[in-house]
Amino acid sequence: MPHDHSDHDHPHSVLPPDPALRVRALETILTKKGLIDPAALDEIIDTYENKIGPQNGADVVVRAWTDPDFRAALLADATPVVRELGYYGRQGEHIVAVENTPDVHNMVVCTLCSCYPWSLLGIPPGWYKSDAYRSRAVREPRKVLADFGVTLPAGTAVRVWDSTAEVRYLVIPMRPRGSEGADPETLKALVTRDSMIGTGLAKDLA
Amino acid sequence: MTRVHDMGGRFGDGPVVSGGENEPVFVEDWHARACAVTVAAGMLGQWNIDIGRHARECLAPKDYARFSYYEKWLAALADLLVEKNLLTLDELRSGQPDGGEATATKTVSRDMVGDVLARGGPVDRPSNIARQFGPGDQVKTLRPGANRLVDGGHTRLPAYAAGARGRIVRCHGTHVFPDSNAHGLGEAPEPVYAVAFAAGALWAAPENPRDEVVLDLWQSYLVPA
Repeated sequence: MPHDHSDHDHPHSVLPPDPALRVRALETILTKKGLIDPAALDEIIDTYENKIGPQNGADVVVRAWTDPDFRAALLADATPVVRELGYYGRQGEHIVAVENTPDVHNMVVCTLCSCYPWSLLGIPPGWYKSDAYRSRAVREPRKVLADFGVTLPAGTAVRVWDSTAEVRYLVIPMRPRGSEGADPETLKALVTRDSMIGTGLAKDLA
Repeated sequence: MTRVHDMGGRFGDGPVVSGGENEPVFVEDWHARACAVTVAAGMLGQWNIDIGRHARECLAPKDYARFSYYEKWLAALADLLVEKNLLTLDELRSGQPDGGEATATKTVSRDMVGDVLARGGPVDRPSNIARQFGPGDQVKTLRPGANRLVDGGHTRLPAYAAGARGRIVRCHGTHVFPDSNAHGLGEAPEPVYAVAFAAGALWAAPENPRDEVVLDLWQSYLVPA
């Protein structure tokens, strides 16, 4: 294998030890070589800081809660439904929505790397990419849920989705009791990022 | 044998520590630059997502364990840029172009970004390989979980699920096969399935016998059970 050398033979080892300097060195040489324009990096950062994030997923969840036809179409084949709303894109090319019920609680992980539905939830949070989450979510999901302050009823089974291919999973959390009359904007505020990963529940109405 | 990234089920990592819902998307400024420079360099089109993943997996285990998340990205990016002759080792070391030939003929510009991110990189492809299983079928995964085209190569069957019995719960269609695509051996599309495994089929001490883990697995990883 071309990559398999002792670690001092990896090209990355010639970069500065401080990661902030390392990224600056890479960005600078790529810019000087004419391979990238730093403004492209600004655009990528702006996209994921300001345009694409959990608000996209929350919109999908609230529509699923409030529109039975939408919910049925989403659960049958989510990708065209999500595309229609403008939430198709990088790391969101093949979407499956999985619905929590009193019988089954869904939770998403990527044990091999950090696969995550970027086009619906944005850039994954640090904990999702941590060794602790990646290693433990599949073996002891209930203890991991306890780390998030979540305890499931004894009768609820846990189904953990390990994102080993290019399919990206969106959890549809259970709609909070007593929220039947709430308007969509109020409902969206109840849909947390973690509830769409499955490490949290939707918030109750205040 | 597996590589260092294949950590599903491992013991000893401690609690999951969340920064909460309101943590910034990028906790440090350099995280944002590291993410963006990696995404932008991918837009040069000199490698695919499977090659990119494999580059991270090929970090020395000691580096993989001590590097933070975006440090892994940066290290793998630097390695790929040199491997694909976009940068020389001297350029990486000195930060100055040495006049060598770059193989890419384009610049990743601000104007490209919106379209490329919106278009994404779908991996569904037509395939001549017939679907062998359907929902409800019992299957068994190969053991060991390993790339059978390239020794030590990229694969997406985690060690914890190798040699386990499960059942097909979804058919995802036919997708690019990473074990081939990560090594320049072609996209080799084939059927992919969501396969559910009872927790008791994977773990010595499952938390609850009704719990399941579902993995997306290529047909090449599966045999009838």
